Amino acid sequence: MTDPALSNPRTVGPRPRRRAWAVIGERALETVIRASGVSAILFVLAIFFFVFREAAPVLFSDDFNFLEFLFSAQWYPTSDINVRYGTWALTVGSFSVTALAMVLAVPFGLGAAIYISEFSGPRQRETLKITIELLAAIPSVVWGFIGLTVMSRIIVALTGAPVGVNLLNGGLILALMSVPIIVSIGEDALKAVPDSYREAAQALGATRWQIVFRVLLPAARNGLLAAVLLGVGRAVGETMAVLMATGHAVHLPHSLVDSVRTLTANIAAELGEAPVGSSHYQVLFLTGVLLFCITFAVNLTADLVIRGVRRK
Amino acid sequence: MSRHIPRVAEILFLAGLSAGLGALLLPTGCGGGAGPEPATTSIQVKGSDTMVNVAQAWAEEYRKVEPTVAVEVSGGGSGVGIAALERGTIDIATASRNMKPDEIEQTRRNTGKEPMEFVVGFDALAVYVNKENPINEIALEQLAQIFAEGGTITKWSQLGVSIPGVSDDTIVQVSRQSSSGTYEFFREHVLNKKDFKLGSRDMNGSKEVVELVGTTKTAIGYSGMGYATLAVKMLKVARKAGEPAVAPTVENTLNKSYPLARSLQAYTLGEPQGAVKKYIDWMLSDAGQKILQESGYVPIPTGGKST
Repeated sequence: MTDPALSNPRTVGPRPRRRAWAVIGERALETVIRASGVSAILFVLAIFFFVFREAAPVLFSDDFNFLEFLFSAQWYPTSDINVRYGTWALTVGSFSVTALAMVLAVPFGLGAAIYISEFSGPRQRETLKITIELLAAIPSVVWGFIGLTVMSRIIVALTGAPVGVNLLNGGLILALMSVPIIVSIGEDALKAVPDSYREAAQALGATRWQIVFRVLLPAARNGLLAAVLLGVGRAVGETMAVLMATGHAVHLPHSLVDSVRTLTANIAAELGEAPVGSSHYQVLFLTGVLLFCITFAVNLTADLVIRGVRRK
Repeated sequence: MSRHIPRVAEILFLAGLSAGLGALLLPTGCGGGAGPEPATTSIQVKGSDTMVNVAQAWAEEYRKVEPTVAVEVSGGGSGVGIAALERGTIDIATASRNMKPDEIEQTRRNTGKEPMEFVVGFDALAVYVNKENPINEIALEQLAQIFAEGGTITKWSQLGVSIPGVSDDTIVQVSRQSSSGTYEFFREHVLNKKDFKLGSRDMNGSKEVVELVGTTKTAIGYSGMGYATLAVKMLKVARKAGEPAVAPTVENTLNKSYPLARSLQAYTLGEPQGAVKKYIDWMLSDAGQKILQESGYVPIPTGGKST
């Protein structure tokens, strides 16, 4: 507020009008922002509702066995003689590829985040950040192509495996795809730790490693966990790259060089040909619901873990 | 602690949101459309991955013949093309198998039109192995034992074959996704409608099958004869063990002595009219059949003939 306006009686007239506009504008903006906030919930519910509505009829049909759907490894959706919908091999495939990708990506991603945030000089930091963000921009089909052609040959040459498109290939590709996300978000989380923490630790005579491990990591753990979770989300939800790199075989893996098929790749490969409304189509949507539940469970667990950590 | 969202997360969120919206809108959007009018200058062709090479070659060449007509080609598999035809979203579905009665019925119910079939060429379904594999011929029963559920052949040594430089001679079966007409043809004619053994590598294209067989010494796979490369070889196939094995060549495909010869189809909704009719007639003409032959398939012997 400007003081001359307050002291001058002639400006009393226009002032309430401006105020009314300000009030209306503020209300409107508030409504818009609230609507965008609520819309996130609406979108999630709408997507879930739609997917579930497409899947629901098969759940209540007589010849559908829900336990078989979850725990049988026999996936024969288009069989002429005996149709079987068992997603166990696909679930195991999704889990194993994601777990392998995370085992590889989390140490690398967090390590890179710590290096960029704490150890590198300003010029090196900018170069690294731009390069890593570029890595995140590579489309997944390109990653899949690299897996299918380049990586598979390297794997055959190094491990002597009969086939290069397998669990290891998919895990490596997914790890490469999730590292940029983990680095980017992890680095932001570390940067958000106030400098006073670092200064205080240094004043107490802590070495750089002690600062990183005893001060920064505990202080930034929520952000780092979020980074890892987004990485997991990327890995679980990835479709095209794993479709091309894992070999797409319905098979319970016994070793790292076995081919697998994931839930997402299976939906992508089969939804196009399943006649709308057929039981194959409905089961594929049910697979989508299953995937939804898995990601929900992962997020919920992580949330509970964070809360547990906070209470201590 | 104020959590500020980095750019990457923001972009991912937006991408996820638009993907979600797309998924919401897509099925409803496709369901209602009655398909573009045949009189428009764009022809949508979709379907068989076996035929995608020739379909593309046709589309490119047809530009020169009829510059006002744009032919848009996409693959995905015969099942994908037929599913799109059922919904009436395309003009021509290409298929390396015949439409099934229930698919014809579904098309009739959805669009009110009868699907019309045109045989546009022939193809031999070739059985591929790596070029280092010493095997030269195989019988249909042996293929069934390798690929079918409950089949007993899992190692090359069971066929009396030893591949040089390989310690584990477990057969790696390379198959196609279930949307593929080649997959269904193989299941019907080799496996006698039995199911595939689980654990085969299911590729999403004819080319990928040959590619993987070319890089895998212990692999065996099936694909159109037009996809052969230097890294693989095609086996001669015998109807029964002991009978003479026949190579997948043009003559053997036409005289039906090769056991896995098949016709290639194009389907339209109802009697084709206008641009679509002209395009199909052109496919069946000498010029069209020459392109088919150059793409590695077998042309129709007596010129334009439809069933």
